[in-house]
Amino acid sequence: MSQPAEIDIISVSKKYGPTTAVDAISLKIPAGAYCCLLGPSGCGKSSTLRMIAGHESISQGDIRLGGKVVTDFPPAKRGTAMMFQSYALFPHMDLIDNVAFSLKMKGVEKGERRARALDMLKLMQMEPYASRRPAQLSGGQQQRVALARALITDPEALLLDEPLSALDPFLKIRMRAELKRLQKNLGITFVHVTHSQDEAMALADLIVVMNDGRIEQAAHPREVFERPATAFVARFMGDHNVVSGRVTGHRDGLVTFEVPGGPELAAVGRPMEAGRAVDVAIRTDRVRIGAPEQEGFGFTGIVSNIEYQGASVKISAAGAGIEDFTVIADDTAFFARPIVIGEAIPLSWAARDALVLGRLDS
Amino acid sequence: MTAATMEDKAQMEITKKPLTDRIGGLVSAAASYLQALPLTLILGFFFVLPILTIIIVSFWDYDFAGIYPDFMTMNYTDTLGSWVTWKTYLNTLKYAAIVWALTLVIGFWVAYFLAFHVRTASMQMVLFLVCTVPFLTSNIIRMISWIPVLGRNGLVNSTLVQAGIIPAPIEWLLYSDFAVVLAMVHLYTLFMVTPVFNTLMRIDRSLIEAARDAGASSWQTLWNVVIPLAKPGMAIGTIFVVTLVMADFSTVQVMSGGQSASVALMMKNQMSLLQYPAAAANAVVLLVLVLMMVAAILRVVDIRKEL
Repeated sequence: MSQPAEIDIISVSKKYGPTTAVDAISLKIPAGAYCCLLGPSGCGKSSTLRMIAGHESISQGDIRLGGKVVTDFPPAKRGTAMMFQSYALFPHMDLIDNVAFSLKMKGVEKGERRARALDMLKLMQMEPYASRRPAQLSGGQQQRVALARALITDPEALLLDEPLSALDPFLKIRMRAELKRLQKNLGITFVHVTHSQDEAMALADLIVVMNDGRIEQAAHPREVFERPATAFVARFMGDHNVVSGRVTGHRDGLVTFEVPGGPELAAVGRPMEAGRAVDVAIRTDRVRIGAPEQEGFGFTGIVSNIEYQGASVKISAAGAGIEDFTVIADDTAFFARPIVIGEAIPLSWAARDALVLGRLDS
Repeated sequence: MTAATMEDKAQMEITKKPLTDRIGGLVSAAASYLQALPLTLILGFFFVLPILTIIIVSFWDYDFAGIYPDFMTMNYTDTLGSWVTWKTYLNTLKYAAIVWALTLVIGFWVAYFLAFHVRTASMQMVLFLVCTVPFLTSNIIRMISWIPVLGRNGLVNSTLVQAGIIPAPIEWLLYSDFAVVLAMVHLYTLFMVTPVFNTLMRIDRSLIEAARDAGASSWQTLWNVVIPLAKPGMAIGTIFVVTLVMADFSTVQVMSGGQSASVALMMKNQMSLLQYPAAAANAVVLLVLVLMMVAAILRVVDIRKEL
């Protein structure tokens, strides 16, 4: 097996005519890391992956793979292998020929390449199906074959374009566990494009949240979840309420801000000049129903919707200039004192759970 | 309602079903047959009946003045026993083979260019329509228009002579096998382009990228991925071209100047001599041969996905 490669993206841009798909992003993916590029569709994550793979030309900037600049290299010369969204298995070949394809292109003699392909299929537990065509396989099996085909080139980095999106929910969870195990065993760098936060949280060592062709945050999943860098990240990762307002002042290490048409709230943060727009994230599962212990860390909302979710109850509330505020309440606590739609309830949170978010422009 | 009474009711419905219900059932059963009737009639009158007539007539007797109902195999023994027939069939098969090979190569490249090198769908449409423009004129006109180009004092010869490349006009440009093949390729290439273009458009572009990712060069991708996946389209195009060439008589007559023969031309000559039963026997033999060729193509390539 080859050594994992560090991937270094240096202010890379991708322009399609007048539109910019990827806007001068820089990112360092450590060797052997499992990196998830996460974002909504059209955010540039797929373009970024395809530029790393060499299937998309780079308009500006450079990409380095394991120390060598690969910007102008064809895909096969980069030491990367790509697994395509729809797997892109060759429908007219059996599994062995599919897996052996790159060896055939290199001119490896037939007996040897078939033997190596069969070994790779064995590794993926697909050996019993070796003489079948891709159309005769289920989605999960096709994915294993696609992995085998990508890995037979002995890549330093494996690039996966939404690998789990074609699978049903149960299979998705099983295959993602398989991906994680495979990455641990092989020790090579994985770059995985997805629009699912769950997938990224479950798999990644490094989550790169992208929006509008730019990187909003690149960090460990825990960091991304607990300390989202921007309002976009907080909203996209879910589990956060984002409250926007204007700074009114600063006292005792707290930034106070006013929600338009609403109360004055506070959050822990460095002093900011008054009048500036500010976004504050509040974890939905840390909001309590009850009066705030400290001034500026709560408001009264009218319940607009209640969803029972089993272990928890999701309460949507609105009021005081805050249009949509979600509270995840523990089920026992909720049913000990049920709430009805239309009721006004005091909501509060601890000072440490209100987080001032950054803005990309600043 | 209990199970017992339901059973009773069902029993009653079988025994005492009102007449109107039974008629309604018959009508709904007949409706599907009625719907299929128009096509059955059209195919029956214009396809099955003529072929049956040809098969029947092929066993009749004839002389210089008329044809007489009979059952004799002389027409077949005459046809198959004559070396002229065999030579004509061979000549027709030769045209079919050469024209097929040329239309396949040319048609594939045109379709490949349209499908993979023309980027926008609207440009593809425009260029495809450009390909069909010659079809706005009739076969005969397109064929005859080759004569001033290829003739002894035609465009090609006079240009070459005036440029001093050749001392005298080339004789084999017109009224030769070359002219026949050229005209047929001109007439029939589009029948190859269309089905091949259709299959090429259905190839998932990520397969091409996957091949590139695996280190395949453009030629390797073409040979290992594109051509195998285009086979159904090539098979359909082959069926079109082969059947058209096998049945052609006007191109052979005009472009060879009457010096070459084809099976269909032979039939036309027999018919002009009022030897209808002989022509019919010939037609049956040709039909069987062409059907066998189509069956052979279908055995080699699975075209079901294209239909």
